[in-house]
Amino acid sequence: MTAPPTGRPAAPPATRLAARDITLAYGERVVSANVDLDVVDGAFTAIIGPNACGKSTLLRSFVRLLRPTTGTVSFDGRDVFGYQPKAIAREIGFLPQQLAAPENIAVRRLVARGRYPHQSLLSTWSAEDERAVHEALAAAGVEELAERPVEELSGGQRQRVWVAMVLAQETPYLLLDEPTTFLDITHQYELLALFARLRDEGRTVIAVLHDINQACRFADHLVAMKDGRIVAQGAPADIVDAALIQEVFDLPCVVVPDPAVGTPMIVPTP
Amino acid sequence: MSSLVLRAGPYSVMVERRTVLVSLALVGAGLALALAGLCRGASWATPSEVLSALAGQGDSVVVIRDWRLPRVAAALVFGASLGLAGAVFQNLTRNALGSPDVIGLDAGAYTGALVAITVLSGTAAQLAIGSVAGGLLAALAIYVLSLKSGLSGLRLIVIGIAMNAILTAVNSWIELRAELEVAIAATGWSAGSLNGVDWDEVRLPFLIIGGLMLVLVTLSHAMHQSALGDELAITSGVGLNRLRLLLVLVGVGCTATVTAIAGPIVFIALAAPQIGRRLTGAAGVPLVPAALTGAVLLLAADLVAQLLLAPMALPVGVVTTAIGGCYLIWLLFREVKRP
Repeated sequence: MTAPPTGRPAAPPATRLAARDITLAYGERVVSANVDLDVVDGAFTAIIGPNACGKSTLLRSFVRLLRPTTGTVSFDGRDVFGYQPKAIAREIGFLPQQLAAPENIAVRRLVARGRYPHQSLLSTWSAEDERAVHEALAAAGVEELAERPVEELSGGQRQRVWVAMVLAQETPYLLLDEPTTFLDITHQYELLALFARLRDEGRTVIAVLHDINQACRFADHLVAMKDGRIVAQGAPADIVDAALIQEVFDLPCVVVPDPAVGTPMIVPTP
Repeated sequence: MSSLVLRAGPYSVMVERRTVLVSLALVGAGLALALAGLCRGASWATPSEVLSALAGQGDSVVVIRDWRLPRVAAALVFGASLGLAGAVFQNLTRNALGSPDVIGLDAGAYTGALVAITVLSGTAAQLAIGSVAGGLLAALAIYVLSLKSGLSGLRLIVIGIAMNAILTAVNSWIELRAELEVAIAATGWSAGSLNGVDWDEVRLPFLIIGGLMLVLVTLSHAMHQSALGDELAITSGVGLNRLRLLLVLVGVGCTATVTAIAGPIVFIALAAPQIGRRLTGAAGVPLVPAALTGAVLLLAADLVAQLLLAPMALPVGVVTTAIGGCYLIWLLFREVKRP
C-alpha cells in the first residue's frame, strides 16, 4: 500500500459521514489543517469551542459549502462533492446561522421548500410532500402558525419554522450551525430537547453550540475545537474537566455534576 | 391564502388560488387590449370586423392580419419576454432594482446591435447575435466588478447603473460617428419602438423567445429555491453555479432578442415582475405573473404611444421611459432607506 500524500496513515472512515485529513481555507487564510472527524451515527454530536476556532467552517465542509483544499469529506465512502446535488441533499440537511425568508412567504410554503431534493420538474407537490410537511410542522410545534407570514413571527417562532423546514427535508443527517443563538433560554431548551428527540428517533444530529452546559446535557458526543484543531472528543462525562475548559476556552473553572441531570456543568471561578 | 393542488398521474403542482385568478385576469386584460390594438388605426375597425378579419373574411384582412396583428403580437410576446428577463435578474440579484434595463444589459445589447449595423452589414442574424453578445459582455463586466461584494447587494446595482450610463454614452457616440442613413435608422430605434414591425421580422425572435421560455420552465423551481439564500439552496440540492449561468444566459437572451428588433425598451423588465408579485401576493418574484404583466404593460404602453400624439406614432420606449423614470426614482429612495 502506498502512503497517503501527507505522510499520515489515513484510517478508513469508521462511519457513514467522515472527514479525512481535510484542510479548510478561505482564500489564502487556512482555518483548519489536516482534520479527521468521524460523525458518530445515530448520536447527537455537539461541536464546541471559542469564537473563530473553525467549528462552523468544519460544519460547512460537511454540507458542500466549502471545498477542502486537501483531503475529502465522504458519505458512504464517496466524496460528498461527487454526488448529484439532490441525492446528497436527501441524506444531509443543514440549518445555517444566517437565514432570510423570501418576502411575504407563509410558514407552510417555507417549510415546503425543505422538500426540494425530493421533488422533480413535473412533480413539485406530491402526497408524500404533504405528509412530510405536516409531520415537520408538528415535530417543530409550529402547526398553529402554518398559514401565518414568516415575517410576522417572533424570533423564537421563526427559528422553529426554519427547523421545521430542514425536518421536512427528511434527511438521516441533520447539521445545525448555532441553532439556539438569538433565542431566549426557554426556546433554547425546547429546541435542544427537540434535537435530542430526533436523535432518539434515529437521526444523526451534529450542532455547533455555544453553551457548554447545554452541550453536555443534550449531546452524546462532544467535539472540542481550538485554533482549527480538534482538541478532544468523546462523551461529555469522559472528556469535560477543568483542564479541558482551561485549554480550549482559556477559562478557569470548576466542573460539577449538573444538579438536575448529573451531566458535567462548568462553573467559572472568579 | 388558499392553494390548489393539481394532479395528473405522477405529476402534481401546488398553486395559490389568488395567483391563478390574477393570471386569468391578466390574460383577459391582454386579450382586451389586443382587440383594441387591432381595432386602432387611421380608420378604426369594429371588434366584429376584427374578428372576421382574423378568420380571413371581410375587406380588412390585410390591414388587420398582416399590419396590425404582428405589432400587437410583438408587444405581447416582447412584453412577456422583458417581464421574464426582469424576474430572472431580480431573482438572481435578490433585489427589485436588479433588472436588466437598470443595470445596463439592455444598453449593452443595444451596443452589440449598433456594432452589428455599423461595422457589419446588419442582417437579422448579426443583429440577434450582436445584441446577445453585447448583453452578455455587459453582464460579465458587472459580475467581475462586483465580485468582491457577491451577486446580491446594492453594490452590484450601483455598478450596473454606472455601466448603463457608460454604455448609453457609447451608444450615442456610435450613432454620431455612423453614416447618416444608419444613424437615422438607429436613432428612431434607440428609444425602443414597435413602429413598422412585420411578420418577417418577428418570426425568428418569437421562436427564440419561445425556446427560452421552455428552458426557463425547467429552471423555475430551482430558481425559487435559490431565493432561500446560497447556503440553503446548495444544501437542499440546487446546483447553484450551473443554475446561475443558465439564468444569466436565458435572462440576457430574453432581453437581447427584444432589443435586437425593437431597441432598448426600458421599464417593463423593472416594473412587471414587481407589479405581478404585488398583484398575486406571492412569495418571491414569480415568473408567470411577471410575463403576463409585462405583456399587458408593453401593449398598453404601445397603444398610448400611438394614440397620444396621433396621427404621429411615438416610439413605445418614450412612454415606458417616462413612466419608468418616476418608478425608478421611488424604488431607489426606498432601497437606499432600507437598513
